[in-house]
Amino acid sequence: MKDEVTREERVTNLKGLGSSRKRVEDARFTQGKGHYVDDINLPGMLTGDFVRSPYAHARVKSINIDAAMALDGVVAVLTAKDLEPLSLHWMPTLAGDKQMVLADGKVLFQGQEVAFVVAKDRYIAADAVDLVEVEYEELPVIVDPFKSLQSDVVLREDLDPTAPGAHGPRKHHNHIFTWEAGDEEGTNAVIDDADVVATEEMYYHRTHPCPLEPCGSVASMDKVNGKLTLYGTFQAPHVVRTVASLLSGIEEHNIRVVSPDIGGGFGNKVGVYPGYVCSIVASIVTGVPVKWVEDRMENLMSTAFARDYWMKGKISATKEGKITGLHCHVTADHGAFDACADPTKFPAGFMSICTGSYDIPIAYLGVDGVYTNKAPGGVSYRCSFRVTEAVYFIERMIEVLAIELNMDAAELRRINFIKKEQFPYDSALGWEYDSGDYHTAWDKALKAVDYEGLRKEQAERVAAFKRGETRTIMGIGLSFFTEIVGAGPVKNCDILGMGMFDSCEIRIHPTGSAIARLGTISQGQGHATTFAQILASEIGIPADSITIEEGDTDTAPYGLGTYGSRSTPVAGAATAMAGRKIRAKAQMIAAYLLEVHDDDVEFDVDRFVIKGAPERFKTMGEIAYAAYNQAIPGLEPGLEAVSYYDPPNMTYPFGAYVCVMDIDVDTGVPKINRFYALDDCGTRINPMVIEGQIHGGLTEALAVALGQEIAYDDMGNCKTATLMDFFLPTAWEVPNFETDFTVTPSPHHPIGAKGVGESPHVGGVPCFSNAVQDAFRPFGNRHTNMPHDHWRIWKTANDLGMHD
Amino acid sequence: MITSAFEYHRPSNLAGALTVLEEHGDDARVIAGGHSLIPMMKLRMADVPHLVDLQDIADLKGITVEVGTVTIGAMTTQHDLINNKALLAAAPIIHEAALQIADPQVRYMGTIGGNVANGDPGNDMPGLMQCLDATFTLVGPDGTRSVKAREFYEAAYMTEREDGEILTQISFSVTNSGFAYEKQKRKIGDYATAACAVLITKEDGKVTSASVAMTNLSDVPVLSEAAGAALVGTSCDAIAMKAAVAAALQDIDPTEDNRGPVEFKIHVAGIIISRAIARAWSRA
Ligand SMILES: Cc1cc2nc3c(=O)[nH]c(=O)nc-3n(C[C@H](O)[C@H](O)[C@H](O)COP(=O)(O)OP(=O)(O)OC[C@H]3O[C@@H](n4cnc5c(N)ncnc54)[C@H](O)[C@@H]3O)c2cc1C
Repeated sequence: MKDEVTREERVTNLKGLGSSRKRVEDARFTQGKGHYVDDINLPGMLTGDFVRSPYAHARVKSINIDAAMALDGVVAVLTAKDLEPLSLHWMPTLAGDKQMVLADGKVLFQGQEVAFVVAKDRYIAADAVDLVEVEYEELPVIVDPFKSLQSDVVLREDLDPTAPGAHGPRKHHNHIFTWEAGDEEGTNAVIDDADVVATEEMYYHRTHPCPLEPCGSVASMDKVNGKLTLYGTFQAPHVVRTVASLLSGIEEHNIRVVSPDIGGGFGNKVGVYPGYVCSIVASIVTGVPVKWVEDRMENLMSTAFARDYWMKGKISATKEGKITGLHCHVTADHGAFDACADPTKFPAGFMSICTGSYDIPIAYLGVDGVYTNKAPGGVSYRCSFRVTEAVYFIERMIEVLAIELNMDAAELRRINFIKKEQFPYDSALGWEYDSGDYHTAWDKALKAVDYEGLRKEQAERVAAFKRGETRTIMGIGLSFFTEIVGAGPVKNCDILGMGMFDSCEIRIHPTGSAIARLGTISQGQGHATTFAQILASEIGIPADSITIEEGDTDTAPYGLGTYGSRSTPVAGAATAMAGRKIRAKAQMIAAYLLEVHDDDVEFDVDRFVIKGAPERFKTMGEIAYAAYNQAIPGLEPGLEAVSYYDPPNMTYPFGAYVCVMDIDVDTGVPKINRFYALDDCGTRINPMVIEGQIHGGLTEALAVALGQEIAYDDMGNCKTATLMDFFLPTAWEVPNFETDFTVTPSPHHPIGAKGVGESPHVGGVPCFSNAVQDAFRPFGNRHTNMPHDHWRIWKTANDLGMHD
Repeated sequence: MITSAFEYHRPSNLAGALTVLEEHGDDARVIAGGHSLIPMMKLRMADVPHLVDLQDIADLKGITVEVGTVTIGAMTTQHDLINNKALLAAAPIIHEAALQIADPQVRYMGTIGGNVANGDPGNDMPGLMQCLDATFTLVGPDGTRSVKAREFYEAAYMTEREDGEILTQISFSVTNSGFAYEKQKRKIGDYATAACAVLITKEDGKVTSASVAMTNLSDVPVLSEAAGAALVGTSCDAIAMKAAVAAALQDIDPTEDNRGPVEFKIHVAGIIISRAIARAWSRA
């Protein structure tokens, strides 16, 4: 054929794996044409708004709704009493605890939901909220988990203090669980005998994912046909459907859950919130749709926080710096209810990845969860379950050990990395790392930034500072991280009993285009772009001709949703596997059309060709058409496939980051001069999307390390409930990021991909923090806690006598 | 974060605005750019049953520089302040300071009148106006009067302006002094941890006049006459600078907030003041 395009052009046209295809979502997002929960307006819809507690701990003596009900336009005011007959005044949490939907006798954190006002519009609802009279009797407030474990004050009066909780025995009425991994006795013995031991305590402060779009839902109960439709900001719509069915008693086929466009999640939209439940109940009660959308302050004060881990570490090594053991204890502040979003068997998530990228022969981790008068949550903010905490812990312990050994921290890392030939590697705390090549990545990173040159420059700066010639010091932040993502194997990972598989269903249309539906839901990750690329390479249909659809439980196959960088490792794998089923059937059709045996044809980019005679072929377009218009003996018509993928293991992306920072010791102002990020996420699906994910994750890492926090005063008042005080960086604060990569495919993933959306956050936080701490190391600093805002940096300088 | 209901008035001239204010008394308030007032209304910290929008009153907008005097209409936005060439020549310190206020979106809306009338100690323009020794023109039911910026601020959100009065313009003398507006903040869109405006004139290598004013270091803007006096007659050397900073620190009274404790703020204030003085001197 004369107009035949070259093979190379056919590959390019496909826009499959490795193509920096532009994001198909962006046309609508950049033009303001996204369709979010708050854009949904149904006929007759009412609006709900919460009366929230001004106190962190108080008894609710009475609630008077008369004045609110008297306001024109108010339809209902719900309190716990109204929900009780439906058994919906409390709801189960993802962590096996339960949480008040509306205050049942007392409130346990500031901003807690007390009553739900339903009115004709948002303005009337807000006015009515002010008219609900609640009488409180203040109770002693506990915001410190250590004090909580000593206190006589019982926070959770609903729990039997002697009965075990969801994760075993409780030591105190404010204690939630103890969770352990590894060998404590053995670890202690090694540490006691070691040449060198470094001990450190560190607080990973409480922060919040703060997506641009806050949480919300629209519930519509159609009483005529008994169907409930629930639109909401859900990172796991299918799980929400199952939970809604179990809670409400409405059969699951009568519930449709839809996650429309979601304006960022970062873990914040994994949990189930009282607002969702109240919008459903209000719709059932009123018989019309009810919308609830929280505002920014409500989002920051009451929806899922992240981190809040008090970590105590001991690390031992030989004189030469070979690590021999690691001991970690965490006191985890979970707030008023244990609403952590973790796989059921992992109440501290994957914190046991805290041996990091290092070959540590023995280790122990113990975690104690504690109740306090703070908002519930404990979600994975742009990380797999508690992985950010784990990586911060080990990357700080390495730095502290380097100080103890008087050794360069880059070298200390190098001599302790798990070696390439050790993979698959069994960690001391029970994980099987799938693949890695840490030394190559590290050497590449250090070379790229001229590490030795940087150290020289730093030494010169220290000397100049000591001579009084400058008031600016220089820090070199290092971090090497290993993530554990893609939860997870059904044998040990579930959420509320649902195994953490994921799914993809593909339909090829007669004219050769396709639609694929998945159990995940994009919140900005670009699934519509990248999943089409996976499929394009698998089935030979151009990515531009493939629609990706997610988020509607009536059409999408069941899946566990998007968080913990699991979409590509799990749903991406399901996509490839479903694609392979399509390809297998296509092969049979092609062989029939070419009148040869199935084994005589092979797949080539976008077609099947006869082996040895590639000029004789059938394109995927021709094959698709034949699937619908020819009677092929032994084959059903049509071309569809579905795959449910249970991953055999997690995937373990890794990376090497370096940050170069100047610090003005007089004002505490840091200035980032360079940030280099090397990521290895296995096979790279779309380099441009990867880069975007890395820029975003690093931006949030910068935020957390340098100022973003949820802080409380002693009365339990949230001091950071607006964006004036809660730090969301803008283009102004964010430095230029240099990105780089190596490629070490996952051996067990169908296309070798590992997931990348969270790596930069996980690796970035310790890198920024280490840069601050490294700047002060020559002046005697060992460890200071984040966030490194101006005054805390200034205080470090002040404590080290640098203002004298 | 939803305001309570209010009546919206949009008069096309000053007389109309004054009439609405007179009619509703305490219940009425003017709105300029709304970037301080609307957040307060959404938080329901300000209850404004009658909102009087000044944006259609053309007389309140514009910048003139004539016979040594700069006059700026109250409704002139910060964006316009930044982009006005005549103003840049007549008082470059305004350009430098305005660029450090919030972000472009806020500056498109926020006005100089709203910024100085608001009375929030975090606003940058009040200290700057004290540094420039500006005069505010107030028009009320009883006519027009002038108040010095240096006498305008009483306490946080309490000013010399009476409820029925509208601030119409701000004026000050053209300045060719060395200038600096130095501000430390946590991020874009933040109010100052400490900020300082300095104007210095120099003759024969000596300071002939100096004016030092500070932002967000007390419940009102702080003009430190002692700091200025400590510089006059000196060559702005290290000793003079130290004396000026010490004097300025005597006049401030910062409070602890999320930016940090008092001790930190005082230390940073000292650094910011000395940097502002040094930069102004280098330009004098
Ligand atoms: C995110 C953000 C960051 C900000 N950062 C800064 C900053 O760093 N520095 C800074 O200085 N400001 C900052 N601001 C405030 C901003 O500059 C405001 O626009 C300004 O303070 C008020 O001007 P306005 O025109 O918006 O006034 P409005 O909000 O409309 O009014 C403010 C007050 O002044 C009164 N008022 C307004 N005009 C008149 C008048 N002509 N006569 C009498 N009374 C009047 C109003 O009744 C009201 O009480 C920030 C605002 C935001 C939203």
